Amino acid sequence: MCLAIPGKLLKINEKEMGIVDLGGVKKEISLAFLPAAKEGDWIIIHTGFGLEIISEKDALETIELLQQAYSK
Amino acid sequence: MQLIISMKDDIITMGHGSGAGLTQQLIREVFDSEFQLPSYEDSIQIEHRTVVTTDAYVVKPLFFPGGDIGRLSVTGTVNDLCMSGGRPAYIMASFILEEGFKIALLQKIVNSMQKAAEEAGIRIIAGDTKVVERGKCDGIYITTSGIGFLPAGVELSAKMIRVGDRILVNGTIGDHSVAIMNARQNLELEPAPVSDSAPLHEIIQILLGTGGLRYARDATRGGVATILNEVISEKGLGIIIDEKSLPVKEATTALCGLLGLDPLYLANEGKLIAFLSPGNDDLLEDLNKHKYGKGSAFIGEVTEEVQGVYLRTAIGTLRPLLLLASDPLPRIC
Amino acid sequence: MRMKEFQDTSLIRQVTSSIHQAAEKLNGKPVKFMEVCGSHTMAIGHWGIRKLIPETIKLISGPGCPVCVTPSSVIDELIRLKGVTIATFGDLLRVPGSLGNLEEARARGARVETIYSPLEALKLAEKEETILVGIGFETTIPGIAHTILEAQRRKLKYFSVFCLAKLIPPALEALLRDDQAAINGFILPGHVSVIIGLKAYTFLSERFRIGGVVTGFEPLDILLGILRLLEQLPNPEIINEYSRVVKPQGNEEAQKMIKKVFGVSPALWRGLGWLPDSGLVIRGEYEEYDAQKRYNLRVRETEPHPECLCGEMLRGRIKATDCPLFAKTCTPVHPVGPCMVSSEGSCAAHYKYER
Repeated sequence: MCLAIPGKLLKINEKEMGIVDLGGVKKEISLAFLPAAKEGDWIIIHTGFGLEIISEKDALETIELLQQAYSK
Repeated sequence: MQLIISMKDDIITMGHGSGAGLTQQLIREVFDSEFQLPSYEDSIQIEHRTVVTTDAYVVKPLFFPGGDIGRLSVTGTVNDLCMSGGRPAYIMASFILEEGFKIALLQKIVNSMQKAAEEAGIRIIAGDTKVVERGKCDGIYITTSGIGFLPAGVELSAKMIRVGDRILVNGTIGDHSVAIMNARQNLELEPAPVSDSAPLHEIIQILLGTGGLRYARDATRGGVATILNEVISEKGLGIIIDEKSLPVKEATTALCGLLGLDPLYLANEGKLIAFLSPGNDDLLEDLNKHKYGKGSAFIGEVTEEVQGVYLRTAIGTLRPLLLLASDPLPRIC
Repeated sequence: MRMKEFQDTSLIRQVTSSIHQAAEKLNGKPVKFMEVCGSHTMAIGHWGIRKLIPETIKLISGPGCPVCVTPSSVIDELIRLKGVTIATFGDLLRVPGSLGNLEEARARGARVETIYSPLEALKLAEKEETILVGIGFETTIPGIAHTILEAQRRKLKYFSVFCLAKLIPPALEALLRDDQAAINGFILPGHVSVIIGLKAYTFLSERFRIGGVVTGFEPLDILLGILRLLEQLPNPEIINEYSRVVKPQGNEEAQKMIKKVFGVSPALWRGLGWLPDSGLVIRGEYEEYDAQKRYNLRVRETEPHPECLCGEMLRGRIKATDCPLFAKTCTPVHPVGPCMVSSEGSCAAHYKYER
């Protein structure tokens, strides 16, 4: 139920589909649940559907906060 | 690991063709019990330092990026012969053809076989053809039997493996399975992943040249993890594979991530696992110069630290790398 | 993308050390955290997480494996269909029914196709009568909903879905009503939460005083999840560790899609029995795509093997090695119960990673 991987949205096509880069290979997936997705966004993908836009900012913050906590 | 055949197992299933636990059980219990096979190696040595092997090819689709059933039927058998250290020389091929199969397609496959044969420096010298009714086989099945000759002084054997020996693969793992899966499942990955189908006769020569090659195995069905388990099972030794050192293409990681698969259990058609004596650091440079040695890496070693095959993960923990019963299944969860 | 930072060994070491310190403060008191997602079960096994954490912290697997909780009678129903192509996720292929599994059925001539995405089933349905086996939790359900709507848009005549979807929060509630479970916290499913958000879990802390951390799948994520669960033991709450992907409100577009196509119903969870409001049923206006109606398929409870302890496993009361059948009669090749059936069922994972 939880197997999902990140991919970078390269191109938005018609009919709510988009091409993502999964790390050197591209695949077409459905963007039906991500009306706000823009080209260049990182997306989490499960069974051919984009489920959410990944926040690089949040990822960075999580790591930075941790690093700060341990540098004290 | 003892697998149990229960009374329910009265039919062959796809699992029996996986190369993993069920295949091994089938061979032991049905074939070996009658034939008393001398061993389960990739090829067998008979009189006059001759090595022989046989293999069947039923791959679907017939043509895929990086190869086709014809090329596989030659390189696969060539590689089995090579693993003994022998020089592959001749192949005999038998064809089962489905009524209605296009002759032009057959010609394409045969041309591909000859091309592969020339690349491997061997000759296809005999063959047979049978035709079955429409629907009774998937287009074409090819069985090839190979003959090679073991040079004097070459004796590769799992018995020679020692603690401290290093384990090498000649490049990225899982490529062939990924190419087939993408084609068969219509995943439409772009660019389409390419099979690594290749003859390894020259790679084996480079390895023999070090003077430190103990044993080599073709990492086909079941993948690297399956072969390692087979090799070590008799010996009471252990193997630790270093996850960080595994050469894996980005495309393979991507497809494995999509489907929940592990490249260590996926078939290769141009990769071997070699056990070498310690040292031999220069070897990687020599291998990487060769077309079929790019990405070669030492991926682990033989040890007394553990019994069986283990993986040291990228975060430093140690966990077992077991023999699976059958092909890994794609999953959603 | 950023994954390497979540595998960073020095951060992992530091978080692990904090976990040990936090566990010591409990003076040897054992704690049980349940992870409720097959992918967490796999990730924990893959990374060897149990080797890093102290003995007093027990990680147990819950019913978050959609294959494990699918009654085997479903397989029997599918096998008896003739002339229909069964489109299924690979997970289901070796689940044993009483007459064998789908892979064996294929060996005997049934048309079984494995798919990666439910949309692939539509391609099949353009050529032949196709039934999509709709297993999955909230992560997968929106995609299945969309597929049904797409089938309607394309006016497909030969497509239907056998809806076996299940909802996670009702299963968590059922587990907590069981006193013997003694769960001290939940490692909550990262990708289910992408869809349903955090408020679906507030009942855990508010009604049951049990905390949960929505956790990602990299080793650092899982360790952080465990650390946060330890830290909040005195004051349980719901925390989002996977904030880079999970938004507090979830994915509202996906939630709308689910409500449009499905209604909530009781569902049969293998090992747990019938749970109210824990499954989905296709709404009346889409009933032509409902395989249960088209083929009169029924989901029934089947008699478990008398010695099978999967029910206890799924409730987190026992571990794999407590079961008399584990690794003897019940193995990945010949699974008896649901926990061994799926490759990320708790017993299968234990068999593969922990022996």
